Amino acid sequence: MKEIINLPVHSIEEEEYHINMGPQHPSTHGVLRLVVTLQGETVKKVQPHCGYIHRGIEKMCEKDTYQQIIHLTDRMDYLSAHINNHAVCLLVEGALEVEVPERVKYIRTIIDELNRIASHQLWWCSFGMDLGGLTCFFYGLRDREHILDIFEESFGSRLLHSYYTPGGLMQDIHPNFQKRTKDFIKYFRKKIKDYDKLLSGNVIFENRSQGIGVMSKEDAINYGVSGPSGRASGWSCDIRKKYPYGVYDKAEFNEILRTDGDTYGRYMVRMDEMRESMKIIEQLIDNIPEGDYTAKMKPIIKLPAGEYYQRVESARGELGIYCISDGNKTPVRMKFRTPSFVNLGVLDKLSRDMKIADLVAIGASLDLVIPDIDR
Amino acid sequence: MAFNIYDFTSFNQSIDKALYEWLPPFWAMIVEMTIIGLVFLLAYAVVGLLLVYAERKVCAFMQNRVGPNRVGPYGIFQTIADFIKLLMKELVYIKDSDKLLFNIAPFIVIIASFMAIAAIPFAKGLHAIDFDIGIMYVVAVSSLGVVGILLAGWSSNNKYSLIGAMRSGAQIISYELSVGLSLLTIVVLAGTMQFSQVVELQSSGWFIFKGHIPAVIAFIVFLIASTAETNRGPFDLAEAESELTAGFHTEYSGIKFAFFFLAEYMNMFIVASIAATVFLGGWMPFHISGLEGFNHVMDFIPPLIWYIGKTAFIIWLMMLFKWTFPRLRIDQLLNLEWKYLLPINLVNILIMAFIVLMGWHF
Repeated sequence: MKEIINLPVHSIEEEEYHINMGPQHPSTHGVLRLVVTLQGETVKKVQPHCGYIHRGIEKMCEKDTYQQIIHLTDRMDYLSAHINNHAVCLLVEGALEVEVPERVKYIRTIIDELNRIASHQLWWCSFGMDLGGLTCFFYGLRDREHILDIFEESFGSRLLHSYYTPGGLMQDIHPNFQKRTKDFIKYFRKKIKDYDKLLSGNVIFENRSQGIGVMSKEDAINYGVSGPSGRASGWSCDIRKKYPYGVYDKAEFNEILRTDGDTYGRYMVRMDEMRESMKIIEQLIDNIPEGDYTAKMKPIIKLPAGEYYQRVESARGELGIYCISDGNKTPVRMKFRTPSFVNLGVLDKLSRDMKIADLVAIGASLDLVIPDIDR
Repeated sequence: MAFNIYDFTSFNQSIDKALYEWLPPFWAMIVEMTIIGLVFLLAYAVVGLLLVYAERKVCAFMQNRVGPNRVGPYGIFQTIADFIKLLMKELVYIKDSDKLLFNIAPFIVIIASFMAIAAIPFAKGLHAIDFDIGIMYVVAVSSLGVVGILLAGWSSNNKYSLIGAMRSGAQIISYELSVGLSLLTIVVLAGTMQFSQVVELQSSGWFIFKGHIPAVIAFIVFLIASTAETNRGPFDLAEAESELTAGFHTEYSGIKFAFFFLAEYMNMFIVASIAATVFLGGWMPFHISGLEGFNHVMDFIPPLIWYIGKTAFIIWLMMLFKWTFPRLRIDQLLNLEWKYLLPINLVNILIMAFIVLMGWHF
C-alpha cells in the first residue's frame, strides 16, 4: 500500500516543494489528487493522480446487459446523467437499426438540454465558490432545484435518472412536464441576469479570470479538449451541430465559439450555452408529437457482432462510447471516452507559472467531474 | 453615585473614589484592573458570539437562506451551542510541530485584539484607558496579531498553513500602511490622537462630513484596508478555503481554533469601532450646527446606542463585502495596496493638510 501512495513524482528543482491538493480538498470537487510543484506561490507543475473513485464501470459493463449498462453510465458524469444514458441508447438503437418514435426524440432532446442547464448551473455555483464568492453556490442551487423538481415529477429521481431505455423511455412524461418546463424557462431567463450581476461583471472576477490559463486552438485540438472548454478556444467541436442526434437538426441554435481561450472565455461560453439550451427547449417544447413513448424492443437485446462507436455532446464535452460485441447479450468490451478525463490532461499545461489561486480557477473552469475521470 | 446613561464619568469616578477610600492605593488599583478585565472578558465573549450569530444571519440573508433557527428563538443560542461543541472537542496533536509556538500562537492573536479594545471609547466616560496617542496605540497593537498568525502557520508543520501565514504576513504588513495613513488624514483634521478628544471635536458634525472629500476618501480607504487587515473576504487569502483548505489555522482544533475564530470577529469589531469613532463620531449623536431642536432630539438617544448603531452599520457593510465579492489573488491584493491605495492615501493627506491650512473645513 505504501508504494501506491508514494508514487514516484518527478524530480524537484531547488526552492521548489510539493503540495498534495486532494484527494480531500475543497476545490477538487471530489477525490482528485493533484501533486502540485510550487515555487513560493507559483505553480511549476501539476500532476494529476486519478483512481481514487475508480469503480471499474467499464469492466462491469462486460457482465451486464445493455439495459443494465444504462444504469452504470448514470454514475459516470452524474451531473449529465441523461446525456450519458442517451449515448448508450443511441449506440444500441444504431446497432440494431431501430427507428425510434419521433416523440421520444423530442423528449430526449428537451431533457438533455434541461440536464445541460442543470449541469452548467452547478458548475456556476462551484466556479463562484472556488473563486471565493460563496454566495454563488446558493443562487445556482436554488435555480437548479426547479429542474430537479421537473425531473422528479416525470421520472421519480433527481440525480441518477436512468430514464432512457434502448428504443425509448421508461414511461411517458408527466402531463405537467411541458407547462413546468415553460415556466422554468421564463423564470430562469430572469434569474440568469442575476448570475451576470453577481459574477460576470465583477471587477475582481474579471481580474481573476481574464488572461488566466490561456489555451490556444492548437492546444485544444492536440489535447482533445472538447465541449465548452474547447469551444472557448475557438475549436468548433459541438457534436450536436457536427453529427446531429435526437432532433438537434430541427432546432435553431448557435454553437457558442469564443477565441480568447482563457478562464473568462470558458466561463462565458457556458453562460451563453445555458441561454442557447433555453432557446432549443423553447422551440421544441410545444411541438412534441403524439405517439408511443417507446419503440417495440425485444426483452433481451443482442447486438450483432462488430464494433460500434457513438458520441454525444455531454455538458462537459464529447462523450464517446466504443463497444465491441460478439453477438451475445453482453458486450465484449465497452470503453467510455469521458470528457472530464481528457480535459484534465490540459490542466498542467494551462496552470504552469500561474499562482495557486489560478490553478483553482482553471480547474474550476474546465468543469471536471471526478467520477467521470475515473469511471 | 448617580448612574447616568448619557454620561458615565461621574459613575466611574465615584467607584474609583470609593475604592481608593476603602483600600490602600495598590490594592485599589489591582481591584480596578480586575474589574475592568472581567468586564472586557465578558464583553469579549458576548460580542464575539453575537457577531458570529449576526454573520450567519446576514450571510443567510444574502444567500436566500434562513440561517440558524433551531436552537432557541430565531436560533440565537446556536453560536453558544457551537462554542460548547468547540470547547469539548479534542485538541489534535500534530506530529513534528513546534509545540510551544503552536500552543501560544492563538493566545498572541487574541491578546492583540484584547489590547486594542482597551483604548476604544464606548460612551462618554466609558473608557478603559484614554491615551493621548490612542489612535497610534490601537494601530500598533492590533497589528501584533500577525505575529500569532505567522507563528501558527510556521509551527503547524503544514505547507498549506505556511502559505497562508506568509500571505497573511505580506497582506497585513502592507495594509497596515493604508490603515495608518487614512487614520492620519483624520488626525491632521482633528489635531489630536486622543480618542476622547477626537470624539468631542465631532460634536458639531462628524469628521466624515466636516473633512470634505478627503475625509470620505479616507473612510473608503480605511474600510478596504481594515477589511484586508482583519483577513476577511474578499481579502481572506490567509484562509482561502478553496485554495488552502483553511490556511494558517488548518491544523488547529477545538478551543484553539475557537480562539482564532473569535479573534477574527473581535478584530472586525475593533476596526469597525475605530471607523465609527474616527469617521462617524463614535458615541457622539448626529448634530447639525444651527439646528438646536434637532440636536436636542438626537441627544435623547443614549451615546451607547449611537456607538453600537454605527459600529453595527460598519460591521454590516463588511459582512456584505464578504458575501458578495470573489477573492483576490495575492499579487492583485498587493498591487491594490501599493499601486492604488497608498498613492491615493498620500495625496489625500496632502489635500487634507491643505484644506486644514486654508481653514476650508467646517
